[in-house]
Amino acid sequence: MKSIQELEAIRKKTLESINLRKDTEGTRIVVGMATCGIAAGARPVLTAFMDEAAKRNLQHVVVAQTGCIGVCRLEPIVEVYQPGKEKVTYVKVTPDMVGKIVTEHIVNGNPVTGYTIGYYEAHSK
Amino acid sequence: MMMKELSLHILDIVQNSIVAGATLIEIAIKVDHAGDWMAISVSDNGRGMDKVLLSQVESPFTTSRTTRKVGLGIPMFKAGAEGAGGSFTIKSTPGKGAYIEATYQISHLDRPPLGDIAGTLYVTVVCNDTIDIVFRYTVDDAGYSLDTREIRAVLGEDVPFNTPEVSQWIKNELAEGIHSLNGGV
Ligand SMILES: Nc1ncnc2c1ncn2[C@@H]1O[C@H](COP(=O)(O)OP(=O)(O)OP(=O)(O)O)[C@@H](O)[C@H]1O
Ligand SMILES: [Mg+2]
Repeated sequence: MKSIQELEAIRKKTLESINLRKDTEGTRIVVGMATCGIAAGARPVLTAFMDEAAKRNLQHVVVAQTGCIGVCRLEPIVEVYQPGKEKVTYVKVTPDMVGKIVTEHIVNGNPVTGYTIGYYEAHSK
Repeated sequence: MMMKELSLHILDIVQNSIVAGATLIEIAIKVDHAGDWMAISVSDNGRGMDKVLLSQVESPFTTSRTTRKVGLGIPMFKAGAEGAGGSFTIKSTPGKGAYIEATYQISHLDRPPLGDIAGTLYVTVVCNDTIDIVFRYTVDDAGYSLDTREIRAVLGEDVPFNTPEVSQWIKNELAEGIHSLNGGV
């Protein structure tokens, strides 16, 4: 690892904001990463959420991976948990959907209905 | 269902180690162009597998659907290696951990590309803050390695890997280190 010295500076710079992060209950974005999810394209979706959260410096958002969430045919599946709200499940997520989900749902609090499992199930018959 | 990149298999095999409760996972890639050969291995210190489970895991296609359900990750990894002029090895000691290795003939037409290995490491490292991950990538005479214990030592216990600045540092570090090998396969 070449640039490990930079980390020391990052550590100092971020310690303050980290205490802020600890104090507030935040949003959890969870991407299913079982075999079916990975084969269906979950990795670029997960990296897109991680990059987006980092770029926008979203301090109260945690992006995480988990095992099998549900039905293989709906992968990649993403679940969004926010305190005091019902879980929102997005299905067949692609990296180009991530910006919209972050802006409208994570930042502004309005789930992108058209990407949710409920919408998908109702319109794919 | 199939994996388009070897780095996706690695991501998937590492998920098994995470589920097995590993606290240390070592991922190694060795590429030998002169020998037209490459190897991928994942070892962990998770709960491991006993003999019965090991034999089931290795030959799931021979079990009918009415018997125990066996997953797809390992069979796909194994079939991919054996179908590309390579071999597959799985070893485990219950309670101690597991070791999985796949080898490939680099020039084989059915060998998927390694693909976005930096992406695989980025998500694995940043999303699994409490697991120590060692990555060793060797291409002919050149090598790159990353050990999250060294990162943790600098950051201390208070700064998680998913802090925006840290996650981007890890992403850049991986991209540069892997790119510096210049040995895309
Ligand atoms: N590193 C490991 N340590 C301990 N047990 C393991 C390990 N890797 C695999 N196993 C065992 O082998 C089983 C089969 O693994 P495999 O990856 O083929 O399928 P799976 O993980 O169960 O499902 P999926 O299809 O999502 O991969 C696992 O369920 C687990 O019991
Ligand atoms: Mg698996």
